[in-house]
Amino acid sequence: MSLLKLTDVAMVYGGRVTALEHVNLTVEKGDWLAIMGPSGSGKTTLMNIIGCMDKHTAGQVVLDGIDLNEVTKNELTQIRRDKIGMVFQQFHLIPYLTAVENLMVAQYYHSIPDRKEAMAALERVGLADRADHLPSELSGGEQQRVCIARALINYPVLILADEPTGNLDEKNEKLVMDLFRELNREGHTIITVTHSDKVGQAAKRIVIIEHGHLRDA
Amino acid sequence: MLMNLQRIKMYLTMVTNALLRRKLRMFIALLAVAIGATIISGMITVYKEVPEQMGREFRAYGANLLLLPAGGSTTIQEEKLQSVYQKLQGHEIVGSAPFLYERLKINESPILVGGTDFDMVKKVSPYWQINGAMPSGSGKELLLGYELAEKFQVKPGERIILALGDGSWESPFTVSGIVRTGGKEEQFAYMDLKQMQEIVSKPGVISMAQVSVVASAAELDAFTRQMAAEEPSIHPQTVKQIASSEQTVLGKLQALVLLVTVVVLLLTLVCVGTTMTEVVSERRREIGLKKALGADNRNIAAEFFGESCMLGLLGGILGTVCGYLFAQAVGTNVFGRSLQVSVPIAVMSVVLSIAVTAIATMLPVRTAVKVEPAIVMRGE
Repeated sequence: MSLLKLTDVAMVYGGRVTALEHVNLTVEKGDWLAIMGPSGSGKTTLMNIIGCMDKHTAGQVVLDGIDLNEVTKNELTQIRRDKIGMVFQQFHLIPYLTAVENLMVAQYYHSIPDRKEAMAALERVGLADRADHLPSELSGGEQQRVCIARALINYPVLILADEPTGNLDEKNEKLVMDLFRELNREGHTIITVTHSDKVGQAAKRIVIIEHGHLRDA
Repeated sequence: MLMNLQRIKMYLTMVTNALLRRKLRMFIALLAVAIGATIISGMITVYKEVPEQMGREFRAYGANLLLLPAGGSTTIQEEKLQSVYQKLQGHEIVGSAPFLYERLKINESPILVGGTDFDMVKKVSPYWQINGAMPSGSGKELLLGYELAEKFQVKPGERIILALGDGSWESPFTVSGIVRTGGKEEQFAYMDLKQMQEIVSKPGVISMAQVSVVASAAELDAFTRQMAAEEPSIHPQTVKQIASSEQTVLGKLQALVLLVTVVVLLLTLVCVGTTMTEVVSERRREIGLKKALGADNRNIAAEFFGESCMLGLLGGILGTVCGYLFAQAVGTNVFGRSLQVSVPIAVMSVVLSIAVTAIATMLPVRTAVKVEPAIVMRGE
């Protein structure tokens, strides 16, 4: 069974603006998919649907065996909490919490905060020594690695990364991409949305989205 | 249990850090709560103490209780007064002035003379204005009311002849002073009670007593009812003007305190509400992120309410301390007495501060829970 299957999915905002149309996509466990496309093509809309942050208006989305058509908003929150790990272009760390506390927040919403486990996750991304620093005291690359550690902390079935290297310099871009490669090698399923060819090429598979339609690269 | 503790610890970390690391914004809200709590706790402390203090102040306006003869008698035995004072136990008796009134003559003109205890008169009627001095009680001295002094053209230090109505006794008296009260006392003359009792051969007897006691109108009414039942020879009577003026002033004061409290609560509510609305607006992205991480509406609401309750607690404690200092300043400067710390008022003030901040946070929380997690992906 596929980890993620989108069948003829559409998203229409306010009954007038069509963001996605006839989208079909299958992602297997352990896959690494890159979604590429120009601005305004529907990438973010697609990520929101896959990330259980928005509900599509037509078609069917099945994630890890759960038909998202059948779930309520609260259940969607639960699924997002349990199954998705997110990495954002702008990192989105909580500014008044330290690196390790930012990881523990994700644990708190999921189940039980465990500092030891959060420290292990930070160690994994090479930031154990920066655990008690606030985001403002970390470089962009370090913030993104904290963000990746946070995405992994609750053992999600799918990691969604929105332009994960969009705000990073070349050196940090390499560090982050190496991390993604390692995660994928370990069996993590990853979907990245990117403009960058370099990031796209790192994935096992690329799909192109244009004007709300999806096609293979 | 341990799991819950870890969750509580994380919750407190989030709430306290959200407050502590956003100092300026939260300082303004804290200030609003603290000022509100200061005024409320200060006003209530002053209000609680005011009736007693005001009661003391009102004693300067004269007796608020008269003890009159009852049961067909025209006099009261002095020793009966002691039982009355015992029944007033628990209330501070500022003074009790006995009076024995008799009709005597000056220059063949009948006048009403009252024998009294002048030390007590000073306490009960501090508003008496004396030109000269009050009789000392040792010599034959008389205090003349202003109208009588005018009628007989007598000045302090001059001597007059006082006589019994039937002419069986007469004696020269020195006018020690002339009293002005603005009332009927100006038509009378006053001398020492013992001398008076001797002259009219009524030892140990008085016509009435004026009592000044620190008690509310309701307490005095209760006392008069009790006296009527237990001491039939004495008829206690509340001086209505004094008691009701006291009641009116206290009533107005109560209304003022209530009004100020309500206005202050509303202002605190508006200030905290506005600040929290701005906080929610500033933190939309953070709320979206938390929802993207799996927070549900209850989590978001609990965090904002936690922040506001902590704000209310800190502001409430700070304000209550300041309020007590404010009340102390009022007590010392206005009444010349320090006020007691009231634990119930302190607790109520802190609880009220927490409640007001929590209520003020309701509307912003409604806005917060409506934030969609998708905004983090759009990079808003």
